[in-house]
Amino acid sequence: MIHNWFKSGSPWIWLSAAAVSISVLLVVALLGLIAARGLVFFWPKDVLQAQYQDQAGSSYRLIGEIQETEEIPTARLKESGVEPPGDQVAYTRYLVKTGNRDSLGMDFRLVLPDFLTNIEYPTDLIVVERREWGNLYGYLKQVKENGQVVAEGKAAVAELNKRLERTLDLFRQIRHIEKNLIGAINYELEQLRLEERKLNLDNNHDPVKRTAIATRRSELQSRYEVLQKQRNNLFPQFNRDSFSAEIMDGRVVEVSLSKVVRFYFPNAMGLGGKINHYFGKLWEFVSDEPREANTEGGIFPAIFGTVMMVLLMSILVTPCGVVAAVYLREYAKQGFIVRLIRIAVNNLAGVPSIVYGVFGLGFFVYFLGGNIDALFFPEARPTPTFGTPGILWSSITLALLTLPVVIVATEEGLSRVPRSIREGSLALGATKAETLWRTVLPMASPAMMTGLILAVARAAGEVAPLMLVGVVKLAPSLPLDGNAPYLHLDRKFMHLGFHIYDVGFQSPNVEAARPLVYATALLLVLVIIILNLAAIRIRNRLREKYRTLES
Amino acid sequence: MHENNTNIPTVDVSALQGSSASTGSLDDEAIALQVKDLDFYYGSSKALKNINMVIPQKRVTAFIGPSGCGKSTLLRCFNRMNDLIDDIHIDGEILLQGQNIYDKAINVASLRRRVGMVFQKPNPFPKSVFENVAYGLRIQGMNDRRRLAEVVEKSLKDAALWDEVKDRLDDNALGLSGGQQQRLVIARAIAIEPEVLLLDEPASALDPISTLKLEELIYELKSSYTIIIVTHNMQQAARVSDYCTFLLLGELIEMANTNTLFTNPQQKQTEDYITGRYG
Repeated sequence: MIHNWFKSGSPWIWLSAAAVSISVLLVVALLGLIAARGLVFFWPKDVLQAQYQDQAGSSYRLIGEIQETEEIPTARLKESGVEPPGDQVAYTRYLVKTGNRDSLGMDFRLVLPDFLTNIEYPTDLIVVERREWGNLYGYLKQVKENGQVVAEGKAAVAELNKRLERTLDLFRQIRHIEKNLIGAINYELEQLRLEERKLNLDNNHDPVKRTAIATRRSELQSRYEVLQKQRNNLFPQFNRDSFSAEIMDGRVVEVSLSKVVRFYFPNAMGLGGKINHYFGKLWEFVSDEPREANTEGGIFPAIFGTVMMVLLMSILVTPCGVVAAVYLREYAKQGFIVRLIRIAVNNLAGVPSIVYGVFGLGFFVYFLGGNIDALFFPEARPTPTFGTPGILWSSITLALLTLPVVIVATEEGLSRVPRSIREGSLALGATKAETLWRTVLPMASPAMMTGLILAVARAAGEVAPLMLVGVVKLAPSLPLDGNAPYLHLDRKFMHLGFHIYDVGFQSPNVEAARPLVYATALLLVLVIIILNLAAIRIRNRLREKYRTLES
Repeated sequence: MHENNTNIPTVDVSALQGSSASTGSLDDEAIALQVKDLDFYYGSSKALKNINMVIPQKRVTAFIGPSGCGKSTLLRCFNRMNDLIDDIHIDGEILLQGQNIYDKAINVASLRRRVGMVFQKPNPFPKSVFENVAYGLRIQGMNDRRRLAEVVEKSLKDAALWDEVKDRLDDNALGLSGGQQQRLVIARAIAIEPEVLLLDEPASALDPISTLKLEELIYELKSSYTIIIVTHNMQQAARVSDYCTFLLLGELIEMANTNTLFTNPQQKQTEDYITGRYG
C-alpha cells in the first residue's frame, strides 16, 4: 500500500506543495507584520489620563498614549527597582508615550496598570505635534498674540485653528524664500566664486570677465538683501502667536505657534476624523521632509533618492551589460577563455556587496573622482566635487554589482532567438551586425528587461555599499533641482534602506522611531514593487511584440 | 532480384505534363550557376564529393535524394549559408555568372542579395507583414515609404499573397497561416530581386492545399528567377521541376531533364531510388 503510494508520486506532490505553502506563508507574514506595524503608526491613538500611585509612594497624574503592552516577569520587575503590587509571577506593563520632552525630560514612561486609578479619556485633551521636542499632551488654556491673551477656554480651539493656519502659511512662505529663492542665489554665488577662482588659477586677468563676475555678484547680492529683508519682516509675524497648555504635572507651558505642525483632540475624534487624520499623516510621511533627526515628518527625500539612484543605475547597467553579452554570445569565439570569462562574470554576482562598496570608494570615489577633480574642478579644491561619495558613484557601484545579472539574462535571451530567424535575415543580404540590430536584439529585449528587473530588485534593496559611496543621514538638497544644470550627480543623497538603519539604530529616540522603521520598510518594499511592476509591464509589452515562432 | 524493374513508373506521369515546358537538354540552356570539383567537409567527414554540375537559367532545378545525401548542404553552398557553421571546409568553385562566389573578393552579404533563399520552416520575423517584405530593402538603405509600398505590393502579388493580406499589412506576420507565412517569406526573398532563388524543402511543413498553391507559385516564378528546389517528395519534384538532380551519399549520381530522369534513368541507383528502394 505505502509502496504504491510512494510509486504514485503523491508524496512528492505533497512535499512540493508544502514547500510552496511555507514560502507563501513566510512572504505574507513578513509583509503582514511590516504593514500592520507600519500602518497603525499613523492612526491617532486615544490619550488616557490616570492617577499613578505605587508602593514606593510616588504619585502623579499621567497623561499619554499607550504605545506597547508587554508581560514582564516579577524578577525582572524587581531588578528594575519596581516593587510589584502582589505576588504574581508576571505583570502586564505599559509603555506610555507622555511626550513633553522639553518639560518632563523624557518621552516615555513604563507603568504597571495595577498602579493606575481613575483611568479616563477626557475629550478636551489636546495633542500638539511640534517641530522640536516632540508631541505635547495636555489641556489647552489660552491663545495669545504678542503675549496678550486673545482667547480662553472653549473659544481658544477655534482661535488656535485659525491662527495656526495663518502661521503655517507664513512658514511655507519663509521656507520658499529660504530654500528656493535664497538657495538659488547661494548656488549661483558659489558658482561665481568658483569661476573667479578658476580665473585666478589660470592667471587670467581678462578685465571683461572679472567685471562681469563682479557685476553679477553685486546684482545677486542686492537680490539677496531684498529677500533677506522680506524674510526678516516675516519673522515677527511668524512668531506673533502662541498658546499655553497645562501638561500632566500641572505646569502650564507656553509654546510659540511657529513651532507647531498640527494639533488634534484624539479622544473627541469620530471615525471620520480619525480616518482624515490618518491619511493626512500618511501623505505627510510620503511627501514631506524629515524633522527631529529623522524620527518625525516624512521621508520624501529618501524615496526620491532611492528611485533616482535606481533609475541612474538602470541607465548605466543596461547598455553596458547588453553590449558585453552580445560580444560574449555573438562575436567571441566560444572557447576556453570565453568560458573562463563567463564563470568569472557569474561569480561576480556572488561577491558580497560591501566589497563592491569598498571597491567603489577606493576606485571610483578616491581615484576616479579625485582625478576628475584635479583635471576639471581645480578651482573648487581642496573641497572635493566628485572626489567624495555621491549619487553618481553610488549608481556606478550598484551598476557594477548588478552587471552580471544583466549579462547572464541577456545572453540567455540571445541564445533563445531561433537560428532560423538569423538565417532568414542573413539570407536577405543583411550583415551580422544588421541582423543583430534589426532582428536579434529586439527579440532578445524581453530577456534584457528580465535582467533589468532582477538588477533593480537587487539594487533598490542594497544598503551596505551605499553607506561607503554616497548615502547620508540627511541630505540638504535633492540631486535634482531647479538650479542649472538641474541634475547634480556629485551630491549625496538619502536612501530608504539606509533610512531604516539610521532611524532604527542611530536615532536618539529609538522607542519613538520604531514604528517609523516599519513604515519606512513597508515603503521601501512598495517602491521596489512599483519599480518592478513598471519593468514587468514593459517586458510583457515587448514579449507580445516579439513573441517568437515557438511560443 | 530485379522484380521491381518491370513496374518502374511509380511516379504519376500525367503530373509531369504540366511542368515540362522545357523538354530540351541541358546543353541548350543558358547557365546561371556552375559547380566545379566541389568537395565539402564537416570537420573531417566529407559531405559532398567532387560535385560538377550546371544550373540552367530561369528553370526549376530539383535536388532529390534520401535524407543525409547532402542536397541541403549543396543548396546552402550557393549562398554561402554554410559559412555560419564552424569547422567546415570547401574545395572547388561555384561560378555565378562566371564569377567564383568563394573568391576572397566576394562580399557575402551582396552575394546573398543575388541568391535568395527560402527555408524548410517558414521563418517570418516577428514584425508586421509589411516590414517583413520591406526588410531586405531597408537593409539596402531604402526608406522612402512610397517606394517601399510599391515594391511590397508587387512582391506580395508575385508571391500570390496580396489578396489575402492586403488589409492586414500592419498585423504581425506570425498571425498568418503556415502556407501564407511561407509565401510571405518568398515575397520577402523576391522583394530584393535576386537572380537565383533557393528553396530548401519549402513545402515540407505545409498542408496539401498550401503545397499546391506553393507549387503553382514556383511555376509562375520561374519565368523571372532561376530556381533550385530541394525536396523529399518525388511527385513534387516531378511536378515543378524542369531538371532534376539525384544525389546519394554526397555524390551526384545523375542530372537530367526531369521527364527523362523519371521515365528513363541512366543509373541503377537513380532507378532504385525513384522506384522506392531507398524509401
